[in-house]
Amino acid sequence: MEISRPSEGVRTEVAHIGKSVVVKGELSGSEDLYLDGEVEGSIELRQHHLTIGPHGKVRASVNARDVVVHGQVNGNVHGSERVELKKSAVLTGDIVTQRIVIEDGAVFKGSLETQREAPRPEPRHEAVETAAAGRASGGLTEAATVSGAAPEALVEQKK
Amino acid sequence: MSSVTHDLFRRFRGNPETADAAPAAESGERLRRRSSGLAEFTRAIDEEQDLRILDLGSTSPTNIAYLTGLGHKVYNEDVLKEAQEPSLLVPAENGSPVPDADRFLGDNLVYAPATFDAILCWDTPDYLHEALVKPMVNRIHRILKPKGILLAFFHTRDAGPDAPYYRYHIVGEDALDLQPGARFRLQRVFNNRHIENLFRDFASIKFFLARDNVREVLVVR
Repeated sequence: MEISRPSEGVRTEVAHIGKSVVVKGELSGSEDLYLDGEVEGSIELRQHHLTIGPHGKVRASVNARDVVVHGQVNGNVHGSERVELKKSAVLTGDIVTQRIVIEDGAVFKGSLETQREAPRPEPRHEAVETAAAGRASGGLTEAATVSGAAPEALVEQKK
Repeated sequence: MSSVTHDLFRRFRGNPETADAAPAAESGERLRRRSSGLAEFTRAIDEEQDLRILDLGSTSPTNIAYLTGLGHKVYNEDVLKEAQEPSLLVPAENGSPVPDADRFLGDNLVYAPATFDAILCWDTPDYLHEALVKPMVNRIHRILKPKGILLAFFHTRDAGPDAPYYRYHIVGEDALDLQPGARFRLQRVFNNRHIENLFRDFASIKFFLARDNVREVLVVR
């Protein structure tokens, strides 16, 4: 499984919480965060990207621009732009976002609401698709992308 | 209960010799199936926006995409998976473990009365332990709005005890993709009278017969 995360010696703007770290309380910041430990409380990264790694265990409300989940989340998730559940994700809680991507295999229990944002004055991207995550044992895997934006901008081109 | 029905139930409780039988569909190939019940369900939910729809199957990205694409709010609870939790088991009168319905409903389907406009039940009652079926249906009745609708599938007795469990993915107004899922075992076969009795507290029930071994039912609260 390829996961984008900061490597040692490489200067990045992504904060990193390792799998041995346990945080209780409010976690907030003004940079992107890769979280592979445990957090209980709340996570506030309003304009930034949050990745919850495969060892991540979050029992908190989450508020970020983009949220990618590989691990476990028990709490409500608000991704102002996008929420992505990878195939190893287990999320119990309500999701509110503009775009949702769920890989086949992800477990989700709760409600999902897609919000529509006012159209921005920028070029629209070409429509793309449902990305196939490849054939896993026992069946096909799939990722479905849903957006709360206008139908013409339902999907975005991956860079 | 007649001896014939009792025999059918005994057949479907499982035979250790057939427990490892691999259904043909375990190759992972999805099967496309047309559904009259789904057609009526999607027709009903397409008339309005911002409905609250509960999917009781395993998480399906396809279903989420389809329903949110119609402008609805989607809820998902994989009740069959949740019903397998070992912590739910309590000893029955005969000593064998059975799931505790109160505990099950304490953790699942916890919503205010009349929350949902529509519910996708799929064939979960067929695979759910007997102790949970009626309590779950009672809870569904409570959380479904008046005139809310529920779509459920029931295997006919031709399905056989090794009828594979499928995940249902909505791929069109009247089309489903069936994907082999976890190895749940068919617990029973409901006949029409059983189904009517199961949903007796609801306002109406409509049956759709299909060519395969599944009976589709659209129920109105």
